[in-house]
This record gives sequence, C-alpha cells and structure tokens, in this order.
Amino acid sequence: MQELTTTRANALVDPVLHIWHGEVAAYLFLGGVVAGIMVLVGLSLLQRDDGGRSRHLALLPWSVPVLLSLGMLFLWMDLENRWNAFRFYLVFRPTSPMSWGAWILILVYPASLALAWRTTPAAIREAVRARIARWWEPGERALVGMGGWVDRHSRAVAWTNVIAGAGLGMYTGMLLGTLASRPLWNSAILGPLFLTSGLSTGAAYMLLYRLGDGERIRLARLDMGLIAVELALIAVWLIGLASGGSATRAAAWVLLGGPYTTAFWLLVVGFGLTAPLLAEWMERRGGHVPGRLAAVMVLAGGLALRWIIVFAGQHVGWSEAGVALF
Amino acid sequence: MSAKRYAMAVDTRTCVGCTACVIACKTENDLPDGYARNWITEIATGTFPSLDLTIRSERCNHCDDAPCVAVCPTGASWIGPGGIVLVDPDKCTGCKACIAACPYDARFVDPRTGTVDKCTFCVHRVENGTPTTACQDICPTESIHFGDLNDSDSDIARVLRTREHYTLLPDAGTTPRHYYLK
Repeated sequence: MQELTTTRANALVDPVLHIWHGEVAAYLFLGGVVAGIMVLVGLSLLQRDDGGRSRHLALLPWSVPVLLSLGMLFLWMDLENRWNAFRFYLVFRPTSPMSWGAWILILVYPASLALAWRTTPAAIREAVRARIARWWEPGERALVGMGGWVDRHSRAVAWTNVIAGAGLGMYTGMLLGTLASRPLWNSAILGPLFLTSGLSTGAAYMLLYRLGDGERIRLARLDMGLIAVELALIAVWLIGLASGGSATRAAAWVLLGGPYTTAFWLLVVGFGLTAPLLAEWMERRGGHVPGRLAAVMVLAGGLALRWIIVFAGQHVGWSEAGVALF
Repeated sequence: MSAKRYAMAVDTRTCVGCTACVIACKTENDLPDGYARNWITEIATGTFPSLDLTIRSERCNHCDDAPCVAVCPTGASWIGPGGIVLVDPDKCTGCKACIAACPYDARFVDPRTGTVDKCTFCVHRVENGTPTTACQDICPTESIHFGDLNDSDSDIARVLRTREHYTLLPDAGTTPRHYYLK
C-alpha cells in the first residue's frame, strides 16, 4: 500500500496537470491541415506545372495563410502573458521544440503565399494586378516583380512548401512528443502520427472543394492510404506505451480503460478513421455515399485526435503514474 | 575557489510537516493567494499495522539537467548564480512548456502577471549577504539544510557527506540538487 498526500493545490498543476486546453488542440489541428495542404499542393505542382488543375484546386492554397493565422490566434490566446509573444522572435533556442515551431511559421507564411500565387489562374492574377495598379502603383510593381520571381522558381517554391509543410506537420507532434515528463506524449511516434494525420486532414479539407473528377479520385485514394498508415501508427504507439515501464503503462491505461477510452476509440478510431475509410472504400466500389461525408469525418476525427491527446497526456505525469519517487 | 553550486537537503527524520516553510516562503516572496512554491508531501507505505510515514518539504529541485530550461522558447527559464534555476518574468510568455516539462510539477502561473513562478532558493537573499533561505530560517526542527556544495565546510556539504540521502524521480534523468536525508 502506498498513500500519497500533498498539501499543495496550485492552479493548472493540481490535482493533475491542466495547462493546455482546446486552444492548443485547435492550433495543432489547424497546423496539421495547413501542413497537409502545403505538402499535397506542393507535390502536385512538382508533378504538373502547366496549370492544368481545376479552378478550386488552383485557388484553395489561399486557405493556408488564413487557416494558419486562425491557428496562431488560438495559440496566442493560450499564452498567459500574451503581450510578450514577440519574445519568441528575439532568440532561437535549438533545444526548444516551441522555438523551432515559432521560426518554422516564419518560413511557412511566405512559402504558402508564393505557392498560392503560383497556382492562381492567370486571369485572376491579371485582374488582381490591374486592380492594385489603379490605386497603388509601387504595390503593383512589387507584385509583378515577386510574381515573376515565383513563376521562374516554381520548383523551388513547390519543394519549399513540401519541406516546410512536412516540418510543420511533424513539429505539431514533436511539441508534445519531446516532453519526457508526460509519458503519454513522450513517444517518437507522435511526430509521424501528427504528420500523417495532418496530410490526411489536409486531403480531406481539399476534398470539401469542387475538384475535378480525376483530382478527387486521386486525393480520396491517397487519403485511404494515409488513414491506414495513421491507424497503424496509433497501434504501434499504444503497443509501445502498454509494453513500457510503469509510467508509460499508466499512460496507456488512460486510453485503454481509463477516462479517455470511450472518447478516443469512438471519436478518433471509430468515427474519425475507420468510418471514413469504409466510406471511401464503398464509394470506390460504386456504393452510394453522401458527398463529402468521409472528408467531414476525417476532419472531425483529426480535431478529436489532437483534442484527446492534449487532454489525456496531462492526466498522467511521473508521480500520478505511481513511479517510485525515490 | 570554484564557483558556487547551491543545493538543499531536507531531513525526513525530523521534518514534521508543520508547513511553516510554506508560509514563510509565501510571505518572503509575496505569493498570490492559493499558490505555493513549496509544499508538504506525506507518503504512507506498508500494510496496517506495519506502516511507515515519510514527510517531506518539497520544492523545485533546481536540476543540473533542467528540462524546463531546455524547452523554454524565449530563454526566460535560465540557470542563475550558483546553478539556481530561475525564471525571468520579462521574457516569459506564459506558454507553459516549462510546466509540462517539469516532472516534479514544481511550477505554476502567477495569475497576477501571467508569468511562470517557482522556488528560487531565495536567490535575492543568498546572493546578497543572507546565507539562509526563508524556509530554512523558519523551520522549527532545523530540518532544512542549504548552502554551497563546492564549499566542503558548508552545512550542506557536511550532511550530504555524512548522511544517507536520495533525490526524487532519479529515473527522470534531471540530476536534482535537492536532496532528502534518510
């Protein structure tokens, strides 16, 4: 028998850690979607640079800076001392995943804007240029200059988006995965898992648009593969936790019998991964599945995955896990 | 003489868990209501009637390999004089990564400032001529030992040389400089 009593009752720490809430989960989700769009559109640009893509696929990269800004807003709202946020950009600390994330975002914004401009149909680009020229000539000159540069360096823009997107997607998992004090998070699987989920939710987000038939079929097929990989990564992650030491076993229990079990298996594994996998498979076999249903489920599942991992990971620390204190 | 290396040891044989150290710390450091930089932990082990009770006064472990310092994105968490782990509130964004990184849950957010707070080993005292911490000064059973590990004549160096001791969560790999005397 061991009974532990502490006189401490600090908010956000006791009785269990609860420092990060929905804002962080929402940021990690939006960061993943953004990462997925950047990688997938970047790859499509590398594959095909002749502009032969549907109007919606050509325009949806503009979502990236918008969704990312929304995610950054959530992240900023989570800070307890918000007006010090500029401090992230006064120093680079290589041992801090959060510092890496802050600086990766600096690369993501211009890269995604360049990608969006590159894929925008010529007629729309010309209309934008003409409108800017009417009221601000220097702005129009800058746009033409930068637009020309982007067109000349199309492959570099595509590769930058693929690399920065993969970095961002991986980072969203590594932010949690590198925290050795939280056994549920402290797994190298979390980086690849969040990246795969980001690619999958990115593909699902793209499938919400009115794409060409060929584009939709290719994306849906890719999404099926990504969901299968995600399920495999979740299995490997849970096996790793359940077969570890007492701290990781206690962490595994949170999802395998503990307080987050029903939510995790129902919302993430069931509704968010298995159901859309079956829906996409049925659609491929010619069955009737309501349009965009699978995509909506993948997006909801991606948000649930991050939400549950963020909350469940705080449920077990070293001392709550019953690790011998000395 | 080499640079200072501050450490603390709590005698678990004599600590009675009176919480005077907690009150002294709150007063000395003007902590907000409901928050504490140190606390008392009681651990009962065994099977009735063969029970064993350990009482400890706990706080930040001022680890040599402090994960809170490593994860801080702005450099607000830093290693101060004598190896004391400190927080610079001017640089702190309140991102709480350091709180998540600490295996001892020794940090909290000060609701008045939105910045992270924790034990400082009373750096404002020990680096300015007062050799004792507030919790050490108040302890009625003289269970708290503090001083410079690099000074072989110091109280802390002597008790660690002569008494069996342990650190919390050694498997966390943080190399604490807060010890408990058996």
